[in-house]
Amino acid sequence: MKIDPIHQFNIEPLFTIGHIGNQTIAFTNSSLYMLVAVAVISILMLASGSQLVPGRLQSVAEISYEFVASTIRSTAGAEGMKFFPLIFSLFMFICVSNLVGIIPYTFTVSSHLIVTVGLALLVFFTVLIYGVAKNGLKFFSIFVPHGVPGYILPLVMFIEILSFFLRPVSHSIRLFANMLAGHIALKVFAGFVAMLGFSLGAIGWVGGVLPLALTIALYALEILVAFLQAYVFAILTCIYLNDAIHPGH
Amino acid sequence: MAESHGGAKGQPAKAHTEADGGHHSGGFPPFESSTFASQLVSLAIFFVLLYVIVSKLALPKVGGAIEARQNKIEGDLTEAQKLKDQSDAALKAYENELAAARSRAQAIGNESRDKANAQAEAERKALEDQLAKKLAEAEKTIASTRTAAMSNVRGIAADTASAIVQRLTGIVPDAASLNAAVDASLKG
Repeated sequence: MKIDPIHQFNIEPLFTIGHIGNQTIAFTNSSLYMLVAVAVISILMLASGSQLVPGRLQSVAEISYEFVASTIRSTAGAEGMKFFPLIFSLFMFICVSNLVGIIPYTFTVSSHLIVTVGLALLVFFTVLIYGVAKNGLKFFSIFVPHGVPGYILPLVMFIEILSFFLRPVSHSIRLFANMLAGHIALKVFAGFVAMLGFSLGAIGWVGGVLPLALTIALYALEILVAFLQAYVFAILTCIYLNDAIHPGH
Repeated sequence: MAESHGGAKGQPAKAHTEADGGHHSGGFPPFESSTFASQLVSLAIFFVLLYVIVSKLALPKVGGAIEARQNKIEGDLTEAQKLKDQSDAALKAYENELAAARSRAQAIGNESRDKANAQAEAERKALEDQLAKKLAEAEKTIASTRTAAMSNVRGIAADTASAIVQRLTGIVPDAASLNAAVDASLKG
C-alpha cells in the first residue's frame, strides 16, 4: 500500500480539441470540472424560479446574490457594482469548483496554479485597464501615499509598485496553495487509515481510528476553506478594483 | 493501486510531455507546463461562458426577483398604511356621528319632556278651572237650597210657635208679634 497524494492532481486529456503551434489543446478532466461548475451555477441561478416567497434553491441563489452584492458595496462602494457580474462569476466559479472538488474522486480545478494565475491575471488586467481608462495618469497616484516625508518617498513608491505587481502572484498562489495543501493533507491522512488497516490487521483497525477522526475533522475544515478561499479571492478582487475606481485613497 | 493508475492513465500525459520535450510524467502535476495551454484554453472558454450566463441571464433574473419582492413589500406596506388611515378616519367619523346622535337624542328628549310638561300643565289648569266652576255652582246650589230651607224653617217655626201658644194659653197669637218673636229667636 503506497500513498500517492499527488495522483489526484493529474491532468488527463479526454479528447483533443485542436492545436496551437505545437501545443495540443485537449479537453481534460480539468475542463470537465470547469464545465460541471458552470453547469451547477447555471442550474442554481436559472432553474430556481422567481417566486415571491422563495423556495430552498431560490433562497440559495438569492443569498449568493445578496452576499456578493453586499461584499462589493462594502469594499468598493456603489460604483463597484458595475463589476458585479465579474466578481459574482469569480466567486461562484471558485466556490462551486472547490466544493465539487472536495467530493472524493473528483478533480479540483483551482488546485492548479495555471488556473488561479489565469483568474488572478484577469483581475489584475481588469484593474489596470479600467483604472487607466477611467482615471488616466491619476491612477498611478495609488503608488504615491499621502503624508510620506520626501526623503523616503522613493523607497515607499518602490515598495508600492512592487506590491502592486506582486498582487497577481499572491492572489493566485493563496488560492492554489490552500486547495493543494488541503487536498494533499486529506489524502495523506485518509491513506493512513487504509495503510494501517491493511498492514497491521486488528491493531491497525483500532489504530486507524485516530487518522480517520482527523480526516473527518480536516474534511470539515476543507469545506470551510473551499468557501473561504472563494470569498477571499472575491474580496481581494473588490479591494483591487476599489483602487481602480477610487485611486485617491 | 497507485502504480497501476500511474501506468494506465499516465500514458497520455507522457505523450504530452514528450512533445514539450524534457519533463517526465512523474512530475508534480500543477507544474506540468505541457498541460498549461489546455487548461488556459478551457478556463477561458468556460469562464467566458459563465460570465455571459451570469451577466445576461442569472443576475437579471435573481436581481429582478429580489427587486419585485422589495417592491411588493413596499407596496403592501403603503397599502396597509392607507387602509389603516382609512379605518382611522372611519372610526373618527363614527365617533363624531355617535356624539352628534347623542346630543340630538338629548335635544329631542328635552323637547318632548318640555312639551309633555307644558301639556300636562295645561290639562291640569283646565281641569282645575272646571273643578272650580263646578265647585262654585255647587256652592250656589247649596246656598239657594239653604235659603229655601231656612225660609221653610221660619214658616214651620211660626206655625209650631202658634200651635204651642194656642195649646198653652188657648189664645191664638196675632201673626205680627209671632213673626217678630220667631225672627228674633232665629237671629239669636
